Amino acid sequence: MATRTFGEPVQRNIDDRLLTGQGHYIDDIDLPSVAHAAFLRSPFARAKITSIDVSAARAHPGVLGVFTCDNIGHIDQDLPLLIPHPCLVGPRTQRPLARGDVYYVGQTVAMVVAVDRYTAEDAVRLIEVDYDPLPVSVELEDAAADGANLVHEDVAGNVAAHFVQNSGDAAAAFARADHVTKITVRVERSTAAPMEGRAVCARWDRITEQLMVWDSTQAPISVRGGLASLFDIDEDRVRVVAPDVGGGFGQKVLFFYPEEVLVPMAAIQLDRPVKWIEDRTENFIGSTQERTQVHTIELAATKDGEVLGLRDFFLHDTGSFIPYGIAIAQVASTSIAGPYRIPNIEVEFKAIYTPTVPVTPYRGCGRPQACFAIERAMDKLAEELGLDRFEVRRRNFIAPDQFPWKREGLLFADGLAVCYDSGEYDTALSKAAEAIGLDRLDEMKADARARGKYLGLGLGFYVEGTGLGPYEGGHVRIHPITGKIYVNTGLSTQGQGHDTVFAQIAADQLGVDPSDVIVVEGDTGAFDWGVATFASRAAVVSGNAIHKAASKAREMVIEAAANMLEAAPGDIELAEGKARISGSDRAVTLAEVATATNPLRYAFNKAAQSATQFAPASKHDGPPLADGKAPGIEVTDYYSPPYSTWAYGCHAALVEVDPALCTVDIRQYVCVHDCGNMINPMIVEGQVIGGMAQGLGGALYEKVQYDQDGNPRNAGFMDFLMPYATEMPKVDIVHMETPSPLNPLGIKGVGEAGTIAVPATIISGIEDALKPLGAGHFHEAPVFPHMIFEKLGGADQAKAS
Amino acid sequence: MKPARFEYVAAKTVAEAIDARSSFDDTVILAGGQSLIPMLNYRVAQPDAVIDINRVPGLDTISVDNGAVRVGALVRHRQLELSAEAFAAHPLLREALDNVAHIPIRNRGTICGSIAHADAAAEMPAVLVCLDGFVTAQGSGGERNVPASDLFLFHMTTTLDSDEIITSATFPALPKGSGYAFEELTRRHGDYAVAGICAVITPGPDGNCASASLSACGIAEKPVRLSAVEAALVGTNLSDDAVSAAAALVDDMVTNEDDGAGGRYRRQVARTLITRAVAKACQRAAQGRA
Ligand SMILES: Cc1cc2nc3c(=O)[nH]c(=O)nc-3n(C[C@H](O)[C@H](O)[C@H](O)COP(=O)(O)OP(=O)(O)OC[C@H]3O[C@@H](n4cnc5c(N)ncnc54)[C@H](O)[C@@H]3O)c2cc1C
Repeated sequence: MATRTFGEPVQRNIDDRLLTGQGHYIDDIDLPSVAHAAFLRSPFARAKITSIDVSAARAHPGVLGVFTCDNIGHIDQDLPLLIPHPCLVGPRTQRPLARGDVYYVGQTVAMVVAVDRYTAEDAVRLIEVDYDPLPVSVELEDAAADGANLVHEDVAGNVAAHFVQNSGDAAAAFARADHVTKITVRVERSTAAPMEGRAVCARWDRITEQLMVWDSTQAPISVRGGLASLFDIDEDRVRVVAPDVGGGFGQKVLFFYPEEVLVPMAAIQLDRPVKWIEDRTENFIGSTQERTQVHTIELAATKDGEVLGLRDFFLHDTGSFIPYGIAIAQVASTSIAGPYRIPNIEVEFKAIYTPTVPVTPYRGCGRPQACFAIERAMDKLAEELGLDRFEVRRRNFIAPDQFPWKREGLLFADGLAVCYDSGEYDTALSKAAEAIGLDRLDEMKADARARGKYLGLGLGFYVEGTGLGPYEGGHVRIHPITGKIYVNTGLSTQGQGHDTVFAQIAADQLGVDPSDVIVVEGDTGAFDWGVATFASRAAVVSGNAIHKAASKAREMVIEAAANMLEAAPGDIELAEGKARISGSDRAVTLAEVATATNPLRYAFNKAAQSATQFAPASKHDGPPLADGKAPGIEVTDYYSPPYSTWAYGCHAALVEVDPALCTVDIRQYVCVHDCGNMINPMIVEGQVIGGMAQGLGGALYEKVQYDQDGNPRNAGFMDFLMPYATEMPKVDIVHMETPSPLNPLGIKGVGEAGTIAVPATIISGIEDALKPLGAGHFHEAPVFPHMIFEKLGGADQAKAS
Repeated sequence: MKPARFEYVAAKTVAEAIDARSSFDDTVILAGGQSLIPMLNYRVAQPDAVIDINRVPGLDTISVDNGAVRVGALVRHRQLELSAEAFAAHPLLREALDNVAHIPIRNRGTICGSIAHADAAAEMPAVLVCLDGFVTAQGSGGERNVPASDLFLFHMTTTLDSDEIITSATFPALPKGSGYAFEELTRRHGDYAVAGICAVITPGPDGNCASASLSACGIAEKPVRLSAVEAALVGTNLSDDAVSAAAALVDDMVTNEDDGAGGRYRRQVARTLITRAVAKACQRAAQGRA
């Protein structure tokens, strides 16, 4: 019998290779005579460049080329605005190398290419640039205030975008409400900090006129399209490969970063391969970041806690440029109502320029901020109405039979109205309450008090629109020699385990072991239709495309095998790499089927020889390859989702605060989540836990800091406190599986699920813990110990004076 | 993030290393490299020469003498932490070392390197200060012992001459009948301390505090001895109130302020750690007597 691997915790195909150091990252690509690039970056947040002198750098031994905006030809232009939107009132993108102005500390001003990185860095220090610094307004609220210093002289008020959306009639809802709760919350900036930074290696082949680019990117096909148009060469002459990529989390989906066009340009100009490996400092000042938003959210409710209306106004910090359009703010504003019915919604945001590293989506993409705003507001509402936190949520959940739940008027990041596909929200909340031991909460609080600590309950519910379109493809082919299944798709992996779940999907259709499925992604030479890896979409969009292609391949195999075995197609079953007549031992291997369906003159191997002992794979008259047929078993198909699938979940935590040291100890953490049918629960857990770690950073540790002049203050792992493994609590994961009705596999995305609710959960737990001490509300994320200290009454002298 | 050009000298003897130190203007010693290599890569340090002492024989020994522990310049944090003999003689060292970074870093980093590096928030310099320990240094002028009280100047600066090398550090024995504790607060496990307190308390036969020795890291520009707190403790009955009153005297010594731990918060942390460290030390002293 064929065993279905869908839903099984199949070991990851890739781990043997990655864990034994056999992975191939960009820095492992060792081309002969490769040169190395290093960059001179702006030391000012905002300045005019009055002169650049590169003569000493150019004369430095070992230097092959020094580039400024003046000698990079036609790529000296604004890099693309990737996602235009009518509400972008002042869209600005950066140039590969600064021309005239710099807009953030870290912006690329000049590039040196030399025989090695050491020499390149030495020469960078020999470049002399004169800057006229300009005054800056760095903090989001300051940049949005009247009279702020402008980032772009011609963008009034630093407003990059301004957008209002309405669903229902919020004004009417507020007019008839018994009660209005209003809070302001602030979420700080963080950064993805992938283990492998960004990296690019390029080679121009003069003979074939081909540009080969290895790029640690989440979007190889898009990078290829962009490079071909920028360099004005045929797409077929550009191949982009994302080999093993050491994490991305959204940071590697922006194209173009300056380095991504400058390194290929240098390879062409110098006629020599060029490599650039981002170092950690560069990652902190030259790779995009995300999160700062300040929301003022109002809930209009009945006295029973039913929320009739919601208003949310927020400022979104987009940094110095807005290459990714309004994606983050749009996702935040359309996720703001969470799992609650709230039929009347008005959301408004302004995206504001600040003279800081540009902002693009980072795992969560606006959702952690939205979740923090709505969940803290729900807690405040419960408190003001004297209701239980759980009960107030229950009274507002969309019920299972109310799906699909559409928020007419709110357009999601895919351009379609927000529409939740399925869910069992109430059940998720109950499971979280049970798993965290809600009935023993008082006992646990008393126990903490006896130890001089204060314990609180954290709670956070999130929804996540996942699996955004437009589409991805799947290509499935059975290799005639080995009988192995080759699968390609256009998006790329950053270590999530795509290769395993995609293999499971194909294996189930073709009756092979997942380890006999070879998945190649992220190589435009293998497959070049598709978009990219982002928005928890790979499994949903590519997964279903591969499923569709593999199902068709299955039909082809059955038809061919039936012919070869002279049996009825309905009697053929696929298992263990063979097509067999059910209940007999008459079988052909997939290799034989793949061979027999490919009319060939030569027999290369045993499979080919043995294939000849069967009847022909195709019953047709005429030439060996029937008209309209292709040789072999090979199918390409595509999946395009009708709209996004909505995953969701409920986090709960027991959080203990030491009132003297003002430290936070997470005693227990429960994550109930539902991403539809799970292809591989082990990989799902990995995604959830990894996401949680990044959420934990946003709750207690991470804040990208700038001083008032716009200088980064903690651009390194010494001072930017990314949590270590030792900071992670044990997480109890409770899976729920409500299938999505939208796709054949019934799946939803899980890539960002772990991240979203963590700040809301932990910080509400701190607030709950410190209630007996009268500490008040915690409406900022992250919470640092000194903030607890201040809430407990110890205003800091340093600040007070 | 690549270092600037430097000469590399692999010394085979201490004399060779000292020689090399005097023949270049600006040199650094490569011991465990856990602090030096990042400084080189950030180009915070741009020395003329890096003198590697890892091939010098005889510097990797731990010797225990009457409760005192002497560690050579190449003794790794982890080596001392795991040494059963050192633990039996001087359990405070393991307790403090457990707070130094993470195991992979302790596998390479050295105690003497940590002392020479003199980070104001580092643990082992504070332990040396608390115990009135000393380092043995060799330079072109010969060998000398430098007491901890004369060694540390400010954050990352010692009084050693530029041609001197620390060959060993000596941690004197814990007093008879004493109890010890090392308590610290970090933002993440293994980070440098927001504040760290090393305490050795010796109760007298009457249960009152006969002697107290306390030091702190992280609160000032260098590891500091908390003399005022010590003086206030001696003679008291070590009750909670007495300890709290003494701990409050740390306030004046807290000068370090940074993001996330301004003065008053750090003072509260330091006081809290002192009370907890003293309580633990007293408990241990009592256990020792029982
Ligand atoms: C992630 C991380 C976290 C860390 N956390 C902590 C922590 O919590 N607490 C802590 O105390 N340390 C911490 N450290 C530092 C670590 O303990 C280092 O090992 C130690 O500070 C230096 O020891 P080393 O042997 O590595 O010295 P090296 O890095 O080799 O040298 C450091 C400096 O000391 C000088 N030096 C070294 N040996 C001698 C000698 N024998 N004579 C004269 N000069 C010498 C060198 O010239 C150099 O300037 C951390 C390091 C890292 C990378």
